[in-house]
Amino acid sequence: MPLTLSAEQQLLRDNANQFIREAAPIGHMRALRDRNNADGFSRELWRQMAGLGWVGSFIPEAYGGLGLGYTEVGIILEACGRTLAPTPFISSVLLGAGCVLASGDSATQRELLPPIAAGDLLLALAFEETPRFAPHRVSCRAERASNVYRLHGRKTFVLDGGSADKLVVSARTSGATGDRRGISLFLVDAHQAGLTVQRTRTIDSRQVATCHLEAVEANLVGALGHGADLLDQVLDRATVALSAEMLGLCTEAYEITLEYLKTRVQFDAPIGSFQALQHRAVDMFGKLELTKSVIQAASSALDDEESLEQVPRLASAAKAQMTTLSRQITREAIQMHGGIGMTDEHNIGLYLKRAAATELMLGDTTHHRARFAKLSGF
Amino acid sequence: MTEPSAFRDEVRAFLAANVPEVLRGRPVSMPAETAANPEPADVIAARAKYLSLMAQRGYTVPRWPKEYGGAGLTASEARTLQEELDALRLPPALLGMGVSMIGPTLLVHGSDDQKQRFLPQIASGAYRFCQGFSEPGAGSDLAALRTSAVLDESGQRYLINGSKIWTSGAQHANWIFMLVRTDLSNKHNGITFILVDMSVPGIEVKPIRLLSGHSMFCEVFFHDVVAQARDVIGPVNGGWTVAKTLLGFERSGMGTGRRVANSGNELVTLAKQAVGEHDGMIADGGLRDAVAQLLLDELALSLTIERAAESRSATGVAGPEMSLFKLYQSELGQRREELALSLRGSDALAWEGAGTSPESTAATRMWLSGKATTIWGGTSEIQRNIIAKRILRLPS
Repeated sequence: MPLTLSAEQQLLRDNANQFIREAAPIGHMRALRDRNNADGFSRELWRQMAGLGWVGSFIPEAYGGLGLGYTEVGIILEACGRTLAPTPFISSVLLGAGCVLASGDSATQRELLPPIAAGDLLLALAFEETPRFAPHRVSCRAERASNVYRLHGRKTFVLDGGSADKLVVSARTSGATGDRRGISLFLVDAHQAGLTVQRTRTIDSRQVATCHLEAVEANLVGALGHGADLLDQVLDRATVALSAEMLGLCTEAYEITLEYLKTRVQFDAPIGSFQALQHRAVDMFGKLELTKSVIQAASSALDDEESLEQVPRLASAAKAQMTTLSRQITREAIQMHGGIGMTDEHNIGLYLKRAAATELMLGDTTHHRARFAKLSGF
Repeated sequence: MTEPSAFRDEVRAFLAANVPEVLRGRPVSMPAETAANPEPADVIAARAKYLSLMAQRGYTVPRWPKEYGGAGLTASEARTLQEELDALRLPPALLGMGVSMIGPTLLVHGSDDQKQRFLPQIASGAYRFCQGFSEPGAGSDLAALRTSAVLDESGQRYLINGSKIWTSGAQHANWIFMLVRTDLSNKHNGITFILVDMSVPGIEVKPIRLLSGHSMFCEVFFHDVVAQARDVIGPVNGGWTVAKTLLGFERSGMGTGRRVANSGNELVTLAKQAVGEHDGMIADGGLRDAVAQLLLDELALSLTIERAAESRSATGVAGPEMSLFKLYQSELGQRREELALSLRGSDALAWEGAGTSPESTAATRMWLSGKATTIWGGTSEIQRNIIAKRILRLPS
């Protein structure tokens, strides 16, 4: 299980960083926000990334993708994290396409994966119902009606839900709210009678949706009643990818802050010459190095058939460590910038906001630490 | 993954035929004053035999050149040797400051004559070195040291006066490498690095009793001690550079221990014993969370050590993460001891007499002796200063 990048992967990292810095520097995200862009991301940028093959990076070649691994996905998202470049990568590809891929349903795969990889079709995954992350707490119902299912209920915090063409929705076909068994996944057309999609702008200037479903027509994806198995697998993959984005975000916030420590002069000296700040900067650097290793281990495990059983534990380890660190780094980054750090004008605050969003997304620190403990046998 | 090779076959055959069975699975020998029980005579004899036959083949320092008592192995051959030793669960034949610190430093800064006189003796275990750096008035500010060395009229010998402190294992050593002041007018450029035979008259060694009740360290006093000018390493007044090289070896040795990886089960077992289980989980949520956080941090550190080794073998260069190991391994180790203390509850307070268990008192003493780890070899604060300056390039 390699913990370092191959030569090809290093090349991809350099290309991804160069492309993102040119096509979507931090000003890109700020401009989308200031223009009140409805999607919260640029469809033009998304098409360019699809043109480079990145949108379909882990989608098999047979379905129009590059058939690369999750290490490559992490490399691309880490680059996006550095400039806070907003894309529907997590929502449409990791979560949406991820469900289609994991379902093993080849007809749906043939139909949906090529346009997703091409950047022409957007999916979103509607699985949450409560503010605290609890993917098995599903009370949304699915009723069988001759050839189709009809969904009833309410889904919240659907990432990029207001931009998606199709939704994957978790709903209960048996059992009680909270049961692992009895959850099934369904594919729903986003524009149809009975489905109301309300957009919310989030703290990080992105968009999530609340979906109200009243007898919405839906097709089953994957095995009936076993949606939780699919969901857990997909969420683990997305969690590792999101952690990689957070690593990019935190690395950049740290580097911006380090540069500030070297240039900001007070008491006739650069403030980075003060020991109180130096020691804290060392811990930001040190913990970044430590956390990077966990994320690389989790990505590598996803790419190695023999390590797949370690994935859930490593995914939770990665997110738990990454969220703890992102709190520390963004808190320190604002504090070390002093007054300017509190302003909307300076970019460092945008890192704090995106960090908060990614921390709470797909399970926060305590959720993943408890899950890590459980999967470790205690 | 072990790969077959002729070298592996040779090593395997040699170890199988020669290494005493009694050493398999046995940990490194502890100095008598810290060991729980003295070792049986047959084990002591086996260790001596093991040392001598490993030394004959250069396996105590496998990567050193053959002419200096090593085996001249490549990195990959040395790894193979280590894998074969691990497979038989054999402890290292020789540890200590000779092989880990002064030897590597001599390979960098020693003259040919010095390498020939010292390295083979270190490799065979004949010369056992201790370190004379810190002084009562020179701790973190090491360059403030005052133990003086004055050259006599012959120009061949130095007369040393002063004292050193925190000298690990001085009571078991027969040589000392030390920093002495040879120029009072220049702080950093007035220090000389010299090797001194501890059997000469005028040296007094006094063990220091620590919080743990053990004595890992000594004070060493020098009264008109005679040392040889030919045993100065590097230039006179140029000892600070040599010392920095040696401290680099010291710190990298402190941060690569293997015990990071497997401490988890121990803590989980302790926690479950202490508060019980609920559905296989540690029943107390707070303790469960504390154990989980510690294990996560240990996982991150051990993966980073692995990543550094992987990157070093691919590029041949040590990455910046190396510098962090001493710092975080010591801090994490202390957190683990502290957590173990909480998990043992009032048992952890038993010191001696009725009602004490050997594991519990050993753990308590380990917690106390572990206080040294964030202080020796440069305190955690000094480590952070160094990383801030050398890696983060923050201004001073």
